Amino acid sequence: MSTAFAAATRVALVGNPNSGKTALFNALTGSRQKVANYAGVTVERKEGHLTTPEGRTISVLDLPGTYSLRARSPDEMVTRDAVLGRLAGETPPDVVVCVADATNLRLVLRLILELKQVGRPLVLALNMFDIAQRQGLRIDIEGLSREIGAPIVTTVATRKRGIEELVAKVDELARSGVLNGPQTWREPDAGEIRSAHREAQRIMKAHVLPPERPDTWTAKIDSVLLHPVWGLVILTAIMFVMFQAVFTWATPVADLIDAGFAWLATTVGQILPPGLLTDLLTNGIISGVGSVLVFLPQILILFFFIIMLEDTGYMARAAFLLDRIMGGAGLHGRAFIPLLSSVACAIPGIMSTRVIDNKRDRLTTILVAPLMTCSARIPVYTLIIGAFIPHVKVWGLFNLPGLVMFGLYAAGIVSALVVAFVIRTFFWRGLVEPFLMELPAYKTPDPANIARNLWQRANIFLNRAGRIILPLMVLVWFLSTFPYPPAGATGPAIDYSFAGMIGHFIQPIFAPIGFSWQMTVALIPGMAAREVAVAALGTVYAVGGEADPGALSATLAHQWSLASGLAFLAWYIFAPQCAATLGVVKRETNSWKWPAIMFGYMVALAYLAAFVTYQVAHALGG
Amino acid sequence: MRMLDTPILAGQPSVEGATTVRLSEAERGQRGTIIGVSAETSEGIASEELHRRLLEFGFVEGARVELIHEGLVGRNPIAVRLDDMRVALRRGDARGVLIALDSDALPLAAE
Ligand SMILES: Nc1nc2c(ncn2[C@@H]2O[C@H](COP(=O)(O)OP(=O)(O)OP(=O)(O)O)[C@@H](O)[C@H]2O)c(=O)[nH]1
Ligand SMILES: [Mg+2]
Repeated sequence: MSTAFAAATRVALVGNPNSGKTALFNALTGSRQKVANYAGVTVERKEGHLTTPEGRTISVLDLPGTYSLRARSPDEMVTRDAVLGRLAGETPPDVVVCVADATNLRLVLRLILELKQVGRPLVLALNMFDIAQRQGLRIDIEGLSREIGAPIVTTVATRKRGIEELVAKVDELARSGVLNGPQTWREPDAGEIRSAHREAQRIMKAHVLPPERPDTWTAKIDSVLLHPVWGLVILTAIMFVMFQAVFTWATPVADLIDAGFAWLATTVGQILPPGLLTDLLTNGIISGVGSVLVFLPQILILFFFIIMLEDTGYMARAAFLLDRIMGGAGLHGRAFIPLLSSVACAIPGIMSTRVIDNKRDRLTTILVAPLMTCSARIPVYTLIIGAFIPHVKVWGLFNLPGLVMFGLYAAGIVSALVVAFVIRTFFWRGLVEPFLMELPAYKTPDPANIARNLWQRANIFLNRAGRIILPLMVLVWFLSTFPYPPAGATGPAIDYSFAGMIGHFIQPIFAPIGFSWQMTVALIPGMAAREVAVAALGTVYAVGGEADPGALSATLAHQWSLASGLAFLAWYIFAPQCAATLGVVKRETNSWKWPAIMFGYMVALAYLAAFVTYQVAHALGG
Repeated sequence: MRMLDTPILAGQPSVEGATTVRLSEAERGQRGTIIGVSAETSEGIASEELHRRLLEFGFVEGARVELIHEGLVGRNPIAVRLDDMRVALRRGDARGVLIALDSDALPLAAE
């Protein structure tokens, strides 16, 4: 690292949840950390850098939001430890920037009183100043600044307004060498919290006049969306439309991509002379990777819905509406958002369980999070549904594949609730922890933010295709091509390859659940990431000469019985096949015990579900 | 609605003649001013932690509250307007919050 005389000034962004700290962090440092309209988005510390106009470096720390330094949950502890400099080898930040939602100052004023005791220079960023102005909120900034003894900058983080002023103020404070006061903070007791509130109240009264045009929209929208009956009906409808859309809207684009890869494979096959390399390119890479890339449109549609729910402020409402069900299963109220995030991917979902303070509540949520249908299962589900479920309309309104997709998502949710219930009833009985949650004001989603997020998602997906799926496909191709069959062999060449041998060797274990050896082989590289199973099927069937490139689902419809197809779906509702998820569980729980338990129970459930599905479907003539 | 049997804690501002109700038993549309926050959970277990958490969220003597939404099953959880913010919580956790109702705020007045 650099050994400059003056180390970079270190700044920490602290404030109530959802006040715009991460938006400000992104504006300051040019990062792209996740911003969304609910409390508890950021759960770890993130560092970024910026250079002042004079060329000095400032290091900025984004932290989880909190109402108090008296931390309870792991995310709040991150903030407390960073502010107090309790982490090993770290001193408190040089300057603390308190980020406040200008339209909701009461609680943050009390937090400021706590922050003053840390003894570091403080700057108050009055963020969301655009909304404050729209509402005609009158804040006596000079008086307020005098009262709290800290400079104030007004900012609009999402529009990058007030950023230079903020940097200038921070820089000025850091350079003027304001003497750090002593660190006198300690956990406030109830009486101290009360008197701090009184002080905050007095400051509010003296310097902030209520808005002339308060936000009335949020109340109006809530009277519909939080209606005891209509609220639930609308929530179900939103979920339903979301999963139907994933299935139906994407088809035209997916077909186009599909056709593109088929064309590519054929063209490459024609241009290049036949041989190993051509075979690797067409059967290994194009068939394998192409069969996964086809799902990009679906994944983007799913994320579009999730981002919309997150940005408008609906997430907290959904958590409110479903709190009873969650509580019935013994899950903590704050488990809702981690579980819903797991619909995108279990990894951020598991990370966001840090907002749950009780260790057992948190572990329960972690253990069931991978049962939520993550986006990596979409390729598997779509492929099998496309092969076995006819495209017919049900009640003239919904299409059957979309309904099955919805059913698979529902199966994931129900099984997560059931497993949580079992854990809480038989293993960890305990008191229900208190649960308080702020319902943020609704906001119109920012199209630029949505576009940025989708772009990021597409990138992640393509990156995975490049870094995980592609090399694995080369491996799968290699294993399914070599060794060559002996002279005079009669069966298909692939039967004599390594893949054929491995598949045939372990297939007996999977015979009771109706898996063919090709399906068994696909499960193994599918350990790296679930969608790789689809790519592996693409390659295995392409090498086996049993497929036209790009029409994997038609091949499967031919090769598999309906019962096997359904069993494969059932397996994937539970299949623990994602090495990265197990790795994150290890990291978050600090032991291999929990990933091992998770793996064990999920394999058992997957096998059981596939077994029952196969046997029943088989008996019914599938 | 009934008068609360627990005596109001000493040292809290008391509102003459107002009907008091625990937030956990309030009905939709009722509003008033918080006159006491104590450490009581649904199990009747005193919980200093819940007490402090309520205070940090702004459930503090003098704050204005209105019960604006309730869930379908058992009218739980509830959403309240608390000064300038909206907070969702479970009725069980709201036991310790004592409210003096505004005299004009009849139940379901907001209908
Ligand atoms: N209108 C407006 N919206 C803003 C502004 N700053 C942030 N937002 C929005 O406020 C919401 C919260 O922003 P975040 O940056 O995620 O808040 P945070 O403080 O990091 O939240 P946590 O990480 O949960 O503590 C998002 O929907 C942002 O788009 C602003 O200045 N003006
Ligand atoms: Mg954040």
